[in-house]
Amino acid sequence: MADLSSNFLGIKSPNPFWLASAPPTDKEVNVMRALEAGWGGVVWKTVGEDPPVVNVHGPRYAALLGQDRRVIGFNNIELISDRPLKANLEEMARVKKRFPDRAIIASIMVPCTEQAWKNILPQVEDTGCDGIELNFGCPHGMSERGMGSAVGQVPEYIQMVTEWCKQYSRLPIIVKLTPNITDIRMPARAAKAGGADAVSLINTINSIMSVDLEKMAIYPNTDGAGSHGGYCGYAVKPIALNMVAEIARDPETAGLPISGIGGITTWRDAAEFLTLGAGTVQVCTAAMVYGFKIIEDLCDGLSSFMDSKGYQSIDQLVGKAVPTVKNWNQLNLNYVEKAVINQDLCIKCGRCHIVCEDTSHQAIFATKNGERHFEINEAECVGCNLCVSICPVPNCITMRALQVGELDQRTGHTISGTYANWTTHPNNPGASCS
Amino acid sequence: MLASLQNGICSARLDLATYQQNFADAHPPLNAIQAKIEAERCYYCFAAPCQTACPTGIDIPSFIARIAQDNPRGAAAKILEENILGGMCARVCPTEVLCEQACVRNTNEDKPVEIGLLQRFATDSFFSKPKPPLFKRTTDTGKKIAVVGSGPAGLSCAHRLACLGHQVTVFEAKPKLGGLNEYGLAAYKTPNKFAQQEIEWLLSIGGITVQTNTRLGKDVFFQDIVQNFDAVFLGLGLAGVNALGIHEPESVGLRNAVEFIADLRQAEDLSQLPVGRKVVVIGGGMTAIDAAVQSRKLGAEEVTIVYRRGQESMSASEYEQAWAKNNGVKIRHWAAPLELHTANGQLTGIRFAYTQLVDGRLTQLPESFQLEADMVLRAIGQTFDSSHSVEGLAMQGGKILTDAHGKTSLAKVWAGGDCRYGGKDLTVEGVQHGKLAAIDIDRVLRTA
Repeated sequence: MADLSSNFLGIKSPNPFWLASAPPTDKEVNVMRALEAGWGGVVWKTVGEDPPVVNVHGPRYAALLGQDRRVIGFNNIELISDRPLKANLEEMARVKKRFPDRAIIASIMVPCTEQAWKNILPQVEDTGCDGIELNFGCPHGMSERGMGSAVGQVPEYIQMVTEWCKQYSRLPIIVKLTPNITDIRMPARAAKAGGADAVSLINTINSIMSVDLEKMAIYPNTDGAGSHGGYCGYAVKPIALNMVAEIARDPETAGLPISGIGGITTWRDAAEFLTLGAGTVQVCTAAMVYGFKIIEDLCDGLSSFMDSKGYQSIDQLVGKAVPTVKNWNQLNLNYVEKAVINQDLCIKCGRCHIVCEDTSHQAIFATKNGERHFEINEAECVGCNLCVSICPVPNCITMRALQVGELDQRTGHTISGTYANWTTHPNNPGASCS
Repeated sequence: MLASLQNGICSARLDLATYQQNFADAHPPLNAIQAKIEAERCYYCFAAPCQTACPTGIDIPSFIARIAQDNPRGAAAKILEENILGGMCARVCPTEVLCEQACVRNTNEDKPVEIGLLQRFATDSFFSKPKPPLFKRTTDTGKKIAVVGSGPAGLSCAHRLACLGHQVTVFEAKPKLGGLNEYGLAAYKTPNKFAQQEIEWLLSIGGITVQTNTRLGKDVFFQDIVQNFDAVFLGLGLAGVNALGIHEPESVGLRNAVEFIADLRQAEDLSQLPVGRKVVVIGGGMTAIDAAVQSRKLGAEEVTIVYRRGQESMSASEYEQAWAKNNGVKIRHWAAPLELHTANGQLTGIRFAYTQLVDGRLTQLPESFQLEADMVLRAIGQTFDSSHSVEGLAMQGGKILTDAHGKTSLAKVWAGGDCRYGGKDLTVEGVQHGKLAAIDIDRVLRTA
């Protein structure tokens, strides 16, 4: 059995799955249930200064749904904890006492003044929690008050606040980043410069879930008006994976521990985050859709995968795929793939043909000897992977790499086997060598 | 004695609730949630095989996509523009050998998209709120066209012609319009008088005058109609019934399956319909299945379909055969009727000769068996009724010969539906015949 235990910044947990700071970790009762269910840790719902914030009493959540009402994406306009600080801290202390083997992280969001942070940090530390997460991510509501993503969008503020926290707390500091920026490396570098022990990402993305066309109003809305929310859930996973990988491979932040967040729904999603550099993962939406019991399936799936591949510990997975993430200009332009349709698996829906014909390279024949039959025309196929992406049958269409010495029928070039990228390509006016 | 065990032919074999249950919708419609989930299963194939398999060429992927996108009216429009009787076809089409057989999902998982049920969902949604109208007539052409017969082919032809601006007169021998939609088909496939609702809607296009109780060859005559109209469409169906080819003594209990079915479709009170305790249906097509299953549902204790060839030759689909068996009908193959037995003018049984193929020819063997029967229903095919006296028309195989558009050998005369040579005798095919003929008539009249 693979060892799923995690040691992140010295914070130990029996598995790398933490519940993210969000509604599921708002109260003792929820957190107790989560830890009883087997979650490795929780990042407590963000606490702030008293008096507590007030939430809308209309809808806070909405979902992007598939036809069978499977949740694809999710958004919320809930603010940070709307309960008194003291209540949260007392509960946090009780939970940590009851579950000493789990990671209990306090998430904090207070105004951007040194005094505010100086005041709250010792109180939080007294709970016995294992670490602090700085909420520089929430894009709705709190950002209008100069907190959350309003801080996360200004690298100088990130660095400044992180420095205060490192100064006034002995606990590990995790800086939670907002994706509502143009280049995630900047806030990550600022966090590191401020002394952060780790970053966690992504927080939610600015979003409007939909428009109610009957009422001609955005949905959800409160008394006829709505505000943008924070988007999360399965649909944001690719965005999050990229941002995690960007930080993992940036020479300035490489090695900075990362807690990966964003749409993790299955063990596979979690494994992908780990391989792109995340040391732990945080989950929220999947729990809000299915309840806490999914932790059993997440752990079991990850464990089975690791066993099947011979990974013995989480460490062995972390960052494993990071070296494969490159700038585009490093990709081998001499490497050629062509699509191949497995005729035994093909169900002849013809979608590959029509999308290739209409939107790509006219490289899939629709008939053979007058019969309905879908086959790649290698003389036109550019290897774009569109057909693979839209084929409804798993593994029916695959990509085949042309072998050295093989002729690319499209270009008339023989595969040389040498590596050459854009930096040296003759079409590149700025080619660095010839 | 229990009414259900009464020998001979009698009514009220069951209690009222059982009749109601037996003749309720055989395949209940999908609800909105089921329809959406099922619609999502459609792959939106390129040059979709289901569309190719549909005799009326409905753009099935599009109508299903519209259901998935909360646009059932648009879905219905897509269906009805190709098949004006799409509501009835959704109920009675043998989809298992048409669109659903062609569905690519069969290859992957042996479970096609439920196209028939989705078509029903779309058309039901539309008929529950049919305003504003989907179809409008174009400018009146001043042309008058006769449509003889108001089955699927005639109705389809009449509607398309009316849309194209022509004045249509429909002649129908029976008191009600609809042909087999009204007088044929199993009652549990189209309950709640759907056929008449659909026809009422179809006629709402305007420009269609209806003359019921008007039989060709009796109340109106072919030559007169050809003379008095700019064009004529014959959708006469097959009103004759093949005899068994053995001596048929005058007896209570020997009936044509089509008449038995028609009585059932027209009955206001099913408990008044008499049925035998032991029923034998002779034939291998849909009429045989419909008659046999409905006999069971009326309370017959033993119902046997006897077909002279093997299972693979039956024109009823495997799905329909299974449906019959699930309803307690026994199907016997390789037997041909030999002799009917009667007592006091009442049928008592029937003897069959075993058959087999000898050198490719169906041959009766000397061995035979007997079935007790107080009712025997003939369902061995219908024939073109010569009393229509449609002189001058080229015929083939006892049916009217036409080109692909339905044009007959006579100027001004088109034909379609079951009376047209070379068809499969399907409702949906009749609709296509009527539609294509209307388009051709319009083309000819406009270029004349």
